[in-house]
Amino acid sequence: MITRRDLLKYAITGIAGLAVPTAAIQVLSSKKIFAGKGNVSNVRWIFLVNTYKCVGCGLCVKACKKENEIPYDANVTRTWIERYVITKDGKVFADSPHGGRDGFIMSKIYLGKGRYQDIKEEDISKAFFVPKLCNQCDNPPCVQVCPVGATYQTADGVVLVDRTWCIGCAYCIMACPYGARFFHPVYKVAEKCNFCYHRINKGLKPACVSACPFSAREIGNIQNSNDPIAKIIKTERVRVLKPEFGTNPMVYYIGLDKEVR
Amino acid sequence: MSSHVFRPLFVIIGLVGVILIARLFIVPEDFGVHERGYMYGFYRKSNENEWKAFPVKYKFNNEYCKACHTGQYDSLMQSAHANISCENCHGPALGHPLNPTKLKIDKTRQQCLRCHTHLPYPTSNRATIRGINPDKHNPDIECFMCHNPHKPNIGAFRGGTQ
Repeated sequence: MITRRDLLKYAITGIAGLAVPTAAIQVLSSKKIFAGKGNVSNVRWIFLVNTYKCVGCGLCVKACKKENEIPYDANVTRTWIERYVITKDGKVFADSPHGGRDGFIMSKIYLGKGRYQDIKEEDISKAFFVPKLCNQCDNPPCVQVCPVGATYQTADGVVLVDRTWCIGCAYCIMACPYGARFFHPVYKVAEKCNFCYHRINKGLKPACVSACPFSAREIGNIQNSNDPIAKIIKTERVRVLKPEFGTNPMVYYIGLDKEVR
Repeated sequence: MSSHVFRPLFVIIGLVGVILIARLFIVPEDFGVHERGYMYGFYRKSNENEWKAFPVKYKFNNEYCKACHTGQYDSLMQSAHANISCENCHGPALGHPLNPTKLKIDKTRQQCLRCHTHLPYPTSNRATIRGINPDKHNPDIECFMCHNPHKPNIGAFRGGTQ
């Protein structure tokens, strides 16, 4: 039979005992937790892709893979090019063999598993190339799901992966609505485009931007009112991919069609 | 209450204590909430500098190439290929000319066909580029055997006005 005195004694020690580990795990002020995005940086990187200018040569993909040490023959890439061919009867064909690393050297559309689709020239109603890369979203879902704090957003808006901290659980790869993330075959961690963070911080342009002979890819700083790319984004008609996801992407497109997903 | 209830409890409390002390040593000091708040900015700060220190491989600065290869630079700049950066074909110039002393040039057919495969896409910039059918246009030989990539104009075939 337990007495009232004993019940109170055990309850108090029990609660105190439980409180010790909870309190010691992390002392976080609520201000910090709810502060959210107090962005004080005067740099916010943005990207502009002009699909009218892109010819699908894939020199961006080639340069990206070499610059960022992504195994060249592995079928993974930080940036890739998609080809869209829309026929007059409304069918949409899209492919991206090797992510467009070797360009598009065939008029046939690759359907996967060694099958190709031939499309007659007179059947094409429109066809174009769409380069894709990480959108460095303002609300990155990939960062929210990381259970260990290995992926994060810097003050200038770029989402990075800490290779020493990543445990390779691949939640972030699942969470990205754009399929921009992949598993690095050498480091065995999550990998993604980071706008060539090492280059943009040295005053260079990302490898893909410099490699593009047609200026289809451009980088700018939206916080700088004199930036020519920021001006285009603010004054011209641009669109982002999948706005309905609420991710607020920082990669803007000129000439995006409704078939592009 | 008897001690067989309390003893495992003490073990658990002890384990939690050990984990918390170990955590002090394992978790780096700069790991925590940074500029973008708890949801997007919970990370190890020094990783930013690790990424900034990642080696640059492509210079993508034709002026750098011009300093030594003036002739090649000038001919390229006068051609229709002036918009193509040297390193797109010659490879990343990190360390060149010391190491590597020679760059490996991509002279493959595929390199030319990236742009010059004829694709009849009326709404794309691709349609404005002169293209060939790679299966029919001399499929067995390399492009550079007839065309000089620095002087791609039709009038400047190799052996002609080089």
